Amino acid sequence: MDLFLTIITAATPLLLAAIGELVVERSGVLNLGVEGMMVMGAVCGFGAAFLTGNPWVGVLASIIAGAAMSLLFGFLTLTLLANQVATGLALTLLGIGLSGLIGESFVGQPGVKLPVVAGIDPLIPFSVILTAGVSYVLFRTRSGLIIRAVGNSHSAAHALGYNVIAVRYLCVMFGGACAGLAGGYLSIVYTPQWVENMTAGKGWIALALVVFASWLPWRAAIGAYLFGAISILSFVVQTYGLGIPSQFLNSLPYLVTILALVLISGNRALSKRNTPACLGQPFVPDR
Amino acid sequence: MSANEITPLLEARNIVKIFGTLRANDDVTLKCMPGEIHAFLGENGAGKSTLVKMIYGALQPTSGQFFWNGRGVVIASPSVARQLGIGMVFQHFSLFEALTVAENIALAMPGSFDLGALSARISKVSASYGLPIAPDAVVADLSVGERQRIEIIRCLLQEPKLLIMDEPTSVLTPQEADQLFAVLKRLASEGCSVLYISHRLEEVKDLCDSATILRHGKVVACVNPKKETAASLARLMVGGDVHAVKPAKAGTVGKERLLLKNLSLAADGQFAVALKNISLAVRAGEVVAIAGVAGNGQGEFFDAISGERPVETGMVEIDGVAMGRAGINARRKVGAAFVPEERLGHGAVPEFPLSQNVLLSRHAADDRLVKKGLVQKDGARETAERVIKAFDVRKGKPDPEARALSGGNLQKFVVGRELDRTPAVLVINQPTWGVDAGAAAAIRQAILDLAAQGSAVLVISQDLDEIFEVATRIAVISRGELSEARPAAAWSREAIGLMMAGAHEQKHDSRKEKRHAAGA
Repeated sequence: MDLFLTIITAATPLLLAAIGELVVERSGVLNLGVEGMMVMGAVCGFGAAFLTGNPWVGVLASIIAGAAMSLLFGFLTLTLLANQVATGLALTLLGIGLSGLIGESFVGQPGVKLPVVAGIDPLIPFSVILTAGVSYVLFRTRSGLIIRAVGNSHSAAHALGYNVIAVRYLCVMFGGACAGLAGGYLSIVYTPQWVENMTAGKGWIALALVVFASWLPWRAAIGAYLFGAISILSFVVQTYGLGIPSQFLNSLPYLVTILALVLISGNRALSKRNTPACLGQPFVPDR
Repeated sequence: MSANEITPLLEARNIVKIFGTLRANDDVTLKCMPGEIHAFLGENGAGKSTLVKMIYGALQPTSGQFFWNGRGVVIASPSVARQLGIGMVFQHFSLFEALTVAENIALAMPGSFDLGALSARISKVSASYGLPIAPDAVVADLSVGERQRIEIIRCLLQEPKLLIMDEPTSVLTPQEADQLFAVLKRLASEGCSVLYISHRLEEVKDLCDSATILRHGKVVACVNPKKETAASLARLMVGGDVHAVKPAKAGTVGKERLLLKNLSLAADGQFAVALKNISLAVRAGEVVAIAGVAGNGQGEFFDAISGERPVETGMVEIDGVAMGRAGINARRKVGAAFVPEERLGHGAVPEFPLSQNVLLSRHAADDRLVKKGLVQKDGARETAERVIKAFDVRKGKPDPEARALSGGNLQKFVVGRELDRTPAVLVINQPTWGVDAGAAAAIRQAILDLAAQGSAVLVISQDLDEIFEVATRIAVISRGELSEARPAAAWSREAIGLMMAGAHEQKHDSRKEKRHAAGA
């Protein structure tokens, strides 16, 4: 049971970030800055919780920090039409650098942890509800239909009179808020402390999970738990001392990710149906 | 103005639209009366689409005003247009490929969101107007004709007062077109006006009550098409005579240059079409035309002959060489040339200048363009210029990007690029889709001239006028099966139409069965 909970806890930040990015990509925007938004969420969440002593203020701060970063991304790519890939990479670099600067005085400070009931912190059920909610909204409501339509063909959505840019701004900010919360989870729940660059690539894994999930929320959850399981199991195996090199075990989750991506992209019918056709393309309305 | 004169439903008064230095619409005035079918004619690039987009609120005029029932209105967005009661069927469909029919329609419908109830309404309207469509089908799996029905139903559900149709019949069989005309006439009798954009002058004469003709952004005439002839309408559109295509002389037909033997290809996807045992010989000096409704295997047929999808080696023979497994370049090297249906994206790279687009289909087979793996820029430029000159491709600057050309001019270029090699075998899919009358005549003439020089030409087309103009022999494709190719004179339009349409209806039934089977 303990092992199971450890896996769920390791998977929850990945799930939160992946669900946010999934919505962003469904609207046709590729934000590669998840890692940067996460790490900013982590430092701001830790800082706010540390300074106020209230972990919930920390959670709120991490959400705001992630959303603010994504707003910057949105302004650059949606309003100024900057290249989404380059801007996303820059956002990651900015987040890592800026979080180091903000967090300088927090290093080594004791953190404030969210209350845990029977080993379950409140964000675990929240992440499951969020997944269900996103799945419901995307596939059962008009708002979700509009998001998918904008991601499938922004020119057709525009021709029907939808405000493509506004829809994308909202989705990008939702993604940023989720990524920020995922970062906050790391510094307020998972390991209640601030370490520079503490996201350690989790943002990139969340990005891969979105593709792995072929843009379907429940598959993202399965992917996140699978990834969490493999990374925790590789620790467990090491303690048994089976003589498997630890480097190999550490790389196992990434190998599985690559394998899964290859298998998923083999299913053409599924990816054709769910891949947002306008992913990464800037939208320039007619004059 | 007398008091009892009828107010136009829609009036566009002195509309000017300027893009950069181009006056796309120059003082355009148009009146559409309630319950009339009003034709809007003009060549490609004349500015029809620009005006129509402004009426639908997708673009804003630089100056001028619209009047709706006599009241001045600003149509700020498509949703304003829809609220007024304007519906539009786009030429390049504005559909979402990954979504279902019902979802696509829901996006244009205000009010509560209930896909189940909407699907029921779609089925009802579709049955009442004779436009069969399954609400739960995904658009990506549907043919062009079926996609058009979605757009029409989407408009009908909004109970429009004005329906704008942009080139609606280019994808339909004669029977489907007749069905559409019946729908439009019924709508007009119910009081809905129709603004009908078309190149097909005969159908405009039959269908429309009045016509506004546009040339280079200016209104040149407003006439009653029933009192005009097709030739006089064409003269107004083009501003000169359209050269009629000179029919081919009953020339000598030579050896078999393209031979298909039991060509079969499995369907690539749930709703794709499989090719079944197609056998056909195209001989030197003849044009064989394949008639058929979109989505009956024409795309797969073209892909198999061109080498985009390999088949068994003996199934395709070009000049006696078995080529079924060979790639497209190998086939080009033995003298074949291919013109795909989609000119932008498949036939040409939109962002490349014409001189580079020339390279795309000829780099392997022409050493004037590529020598020892190196691109010969001068050769490419000369070739592009030769094609531009021979086909009178009209362009803004010396070597424009492909996307900067109008549809007709780009099609002339894409066809000209292949004809410039005088290929032994030419396979051409929808040679004049969405192309204006002048350019279409030029392309058809070039096809006939090529055959007269001893090449074998295979034309895949949905346009029966075109088929009868160019074909020596005609075969009909339906559900991936090809009829016997018979001399053009042995076919009547009705016979072809029935063959195309009859099979098409059966296809719908079989799909329904498939879905039921899947559901059960």
